[in-house]
Amino acid sequence: MEGLFYMAAVVAVGATLMMLTRQNAVHALLYLILSLLAVAVIFYLFGAPFAAALEVIVYAGAIMVLFVFVVMLLNLGPRAGGLEAAWLSPTVWLLPAIMAAILAGEIVYILSGPGLRTAPAGEIAPVQVGLALYGPYLIGVELASMLLLGALVGAHHLGREARSKPETKTHDVYSDVAGSDSGGDLVRAGSDRTSGAA
Amino acid sequence: MNTFHEIITPILTVFGVLFVVLNLAAVLVWVERRLLAVWQDRYGPNRVGPFGLFQPLADTLKLLWKEDWIPPFADKPIFVLAPAIVMTTVLFSFAVIPVGEKIVIADLNVGLLYILAMSSMGVYSVVLGGWASDNKYSLLGGLRASAQMISYEVFMGLSLMGVVFVAGSFRLSDIIAWQNGHVWFVVPQFLGFVLFVIAGIAESRRLPFDLPESESELVAGFHSEYSGMKFGMFFAGEYMGVTLVSALIAVLFFGGWLGPVFGLTGWRATALGIVWLLMKTFFFIGFFILLRASLPRPRFDQLMSWGWKRMLPLALVNLLVTGAVVLAIGS
Repeated sequence: MEGLFYMAAVVAVGATLMMLTRQNAVHALLYLILSLLAVAVIFYLFGAPFAAALEVIVYAGAIMVLFVFVVMLLNLGPRAGGLEAAWLSPTVWLLPAIMAAILAGEIVYILSGPGLRTAPAGEIAPVQVGLALYGPYLIGVELASMLLLGALVGAHHLGREARSKPETKTHDVYSDVAGSDSGGDLVRAGSDRTSGAA
Repeated sequence: MNTFHEIITPILTVFGVLFVVLNLAAVLVWVERRLLAVWQDRYGPNRVGPFGLFQPLADTLKLLWKEDWIPPFADKPIFVLAPAIVMTTVLFSFAVIPVGEKIVIADLNVGLLYILAMSSMGVYSVVLGGWASDNKYSLLGGLRASAQMISYEVFMGLSLMGVVFVAGSFRLSDIIAWQNGHVWFVVPQFLGFVLFVIAGIAESRRLPFDLPESESELVAGFHSEYSGMKFGMFFAGEYMGVTLVSALIAVLFFGGWLGPVFGLTGWRATALGIVWLLMKTFFFIGFFILLRASLPRPRFDQLMSWGWKRMLPLALVNLLVTGAVVLAIGS
């Protein structure tokens, strides 16, 4: 069990490092997914299968949305890799490296000390998670759902405004003036000639 | 005898499931073409061997001998990775499906969530395949796939939660055990069943929901640039996905391996249970093929609004009513 944990942990840390240093956004994203999957394995080993499954569904699965935005909005060409390389200069690494070193030092101190280690709680079944969420932590669940509802209403508002704009400008298919509209293929064939003859 | 049950049985189960699923994917290509031909008043492939039964073999040989071409402009590692993801995720999903009484590779207590997780991982294969090809048709197919599969995944999960409410467990063998004691879930969860079938078609990207590869507008969509066995893996992955969804429908809503045993006991009853599950699965595979033969493809915006404006509210209503009934009766 401990061996499995260390394997998953090495994969998680390694994948996260690769994610940080990749110049191609999609490759970085794939490493991030790998890292999240490794964390899911760690959850499972700690006796939290429900958290492990949700980690995969919500985190590793929902990053897809992020991915779609990267592909759609950025239109990454071969130039983007070079740009990213310029951003990742050694000086940029200085501050994150110091902060990471502080955390690493704390972990070493905790592990070498007398121990704040608590015994593993055993396996937590999905039923127990549900009872905890809808029992003592009900208010948290409700607050989170209200936050999501707010986001949903906001997204609907934004989406509706964006959609009403193109609808007001209709394609003028039936006018006799050729090229009156940008949709060139919608102008009836030969309409320019008939208008000239008449 | 004890070691036999502890070591040999799981290995036999693993290889048995793997063998059946992989060969089924090949045979289904032939089954689909023959069935489509029947429904369209044609013969279909009937030249290779008796009834054309060796057609899958000929197809596989052809795919293996074809040039396995990677476009020079493609992102090579991801281009190679994408078809492997679809095979892996679908095969992993079969690990939690109970094929017979006490015959299951891994009886997880989060089994249903595990399948949903694997299906959300499977989306990456299509999207990455479309992206890595660096071709506008492939990219459009990949984008469509991501939007379609993420949307339909939402109520796919919600439509199954009614079953989970009533059975009180995510474990697939518990769900079958509940159906053994009561009725098949298709009766109390009919709405959930219909919603799950629709979501299942969309998740396996079958007609009428095959917009990611709609050949009339996008060449072949996300796998336009694929050839040889890499294309074959996408192809087989689709058929294995259909098999998975059909097996899930059989397990969750039609009692899995439950069925009349005709007074048999012991291993004979178990074997008959496996036959029942296979027959139910084949029935739904046939239904999927019939849908392909009979329904036209919707427009993409119709597909999305169908999912979010009709299916999602219905799934939520199903959840609400089921929850209220379970609360009132007390499970």
